[in-house]
Amino acid sequence: MIRTAMVGLGKMGLSHLSIVRAHPEIDLVAGCDATTYLTDILSRHAGLKCYADLDRMLETEQLDALVVATPSKLHAPMVKKALDRGLHVFCEKPFVLDVAAGQELVDLAAAKSLVTQVGYHYRFVGAFKEAARLVKSGALGTIHHVRAEAYGPVVLRRKGGTWRSAKNEGGGALYDYACHAIDLVNFIVGTPTSVGGVVRNSVFSRDVDDEVYSTMHFEGGASGQLCVNWSDESFRKMSTKISVWGTNGRLTADRQECQLFLRETHPALPGTGEGWTVHYTTDLSDEVWFYLRGEEYSAQIDYFARSVKARRLDGENTFASALEADRVVAMLLGEVAMPAVAEPTRKGFWSRIGGG
Amino acid sequence: MSTATTPTSGHVMDRVLFGDNQFFGVNHMSEEKARAQSMRFQDLGAIIDVLDAAYDEGIRTFMCTSHDRVALICDHFRANPQKYADYRFYPCMPYAHKYANAVTEHGMIEALRMFLPQEGAMSAMLKGGVALASKDIEAIMQLLIDAEMKMFHDLSTPVVFMQNVITDLLLGLRMNDCFRIFHDHVRARYGAEPGYITMNVPRLLDVLDQLGIDNPIVCANVNKIGFRMCGGMAAYEDAIANRRFRPVAMSVLASGAIAPREALEYVCGQPKIESVVFGASGRANIRQTKALIDELSIGRVP
Repeated sequence: MIRTAMVGLGKMGLSHLSIVRAHPEIDLVAGCDATTYLTDILSRHAGLKCYADLDRMLETEQLDALVVATPSKLHAPMVKKALDRGLHVFCEKPFVLDVAAGQELVDLAAAKSLVTQVGYHYRFVGAFKEAARLVKSGALGTIHHVRAEAYGPVVLRRKGGTWRSAKNEGGGALYDYACHAIDLVNFIVGTPTSVGGVVRNSVFSRDVDDEVYSTMHFEGGASGQLCVNWSDESFRKMSTKISVWGTNGRLTADRQECQLFLRETHPALPGTGEGWTVHYTTDLSDEVWFYLRGEEYSAQIDYFARSVKARRLDGENTFASALEADRVVAMLLGEVAMPAVAEPTRKGFWSRIGGG
Repeated sequence: MSTATTPTSGHVMDRVLFGDNQFFGVNHMSEEKARAQSMRFQDLGAIIDVLDAAYDEGIRTFMCTSHDRVALICDHFRANPQKYADYRFYPCMPYAHKYANAVTEHGMIEALRMFLPQEGAMSAMLKGGVALASKDIEAIMQLLIDAEMKMFHDLSTPVVFMQNVITDLLLGLRMNDCFRIFHDHVRARYGAEPGYITMNVPRLLDVLDQLGIDNPIVCANVNKIGFRMCGGMAAYEDAIANRRFRPVAMSVLASGAIAPREALEYVCGQPKIESVVFGASGRANIRQTKALIDELSIGRVP
């Protein structure tokens, strides 16, 4: 059994807690949150040993792993404490939003050979896994454009005040929504080398952005667009979609389905004909041992447990992988100097029609 | 099956129940299809037309979430008591996105306050930031259930379900008391049979057994491709055949991934399944599915 504790028992934390507690290989020995009404309820009605202070919990309990689901700005110091004590760490996304601090944690975990994982659960959604597989197969030819979109109904009026809408807490659509879309881009086509035309706008929020748009540039000349808006009530819940265009076709994936269009059949995808091929979540989802809200949430916890047992240090969603998303966020914030945009190596539309 | 003995535990469910996912933009295969459905059904009349079509095919039970728009559907049924004299609602609570979105926007305590009666002592206590003591969780749950049930007043609600996102959250958290609180309140306050929707049947049955909740109504995915049947198809088939509970099968067509006859043969081939819930938007689909279930249920002893 993996002796595990959790810090942060808010909305996402409770969901993780439920899944972690249901895992047959994990012994969830304690939870920690400063909010006493929550810990009161959990200790009385769920029989969970609770702490209000992380240091005390880490001092008292004999642990193998820590799950961190606190507001983003608390991630870095808490993760560091856990790693210092030799614990494997699962951290909710986004990672730490400070590239230098993040790199230190990556190095620390590597030096101690500790398993790390960040909760970018979309990498465990069947349709997105399929999209990554199709792109990596090379069947789409040379990738020249990608579009990542995330929309949903989070901030819909000029009020409300949880940490998600407070800038210094790591809130805002950039951290909450865009990070998922960015990580999917990193997962499916690779990390952009630079960004441009960045728009970060408030629609309703006082302190933070509610919409984020940007162009992305990739090695080899491919381009991309990021479109994120968490003030869109036309969506019932967060909806994330990625589309990839290549010289031999395109694909579009969301949580429910992966649609592929091939101009010509490709040896890397035997059995897939030209034209449209659509796969649905019903045939792309792997069964999980416990289901709450979506297979992906359980699958990522199970993956972490397996990584810990096997000491897998190079798995999916490691700190190093999630740091790439933080790097793109830093580029969007203009916090890191951007390399000069290289001349596209492939000829673009205008040069082609102009014969240049 | 034992015959009905008391009004609270003996409600005989119809063989076919009508679901509501199609009305509120829920589709497990396609977001585009879900959006097209929410456009079509933003007009209440379009929803009523479909419910009437189902009624014409003999479907008398609507199993629905406590979505805000269901309140309008309830108004329509209350306004036409003669037409729908034998009609029943099976409320499924809560429509979780309304809570989840409120928690994201307002924080947990403030969101809780929004859903509790404004004038109540509980609301005042939460406002004052008083910690929730152990005895209070029961009172809060009762108030939340009452708030969700309000829209169904004066309608027949012989079964009241806990939605799977709540059932399974509580199940994982091991907050088993809550199942008992729900059970007791639904029976005492509404004279109704409590039901539990879950994606984790074997695990839930173990907990309900421990709590001494006898022969519970449990609604879960039962489909030939094993879609969202956690614990595995074999464990489900075994539980349905051998454990004491009243299974209601949902997602039987797996959002269209299985051909209807094949799908329903699988479900109707398990004689302990009492009811099948399905949703559809067109009269032809409703008729076909209802007729198939009826055909495949011939000879079944209810």
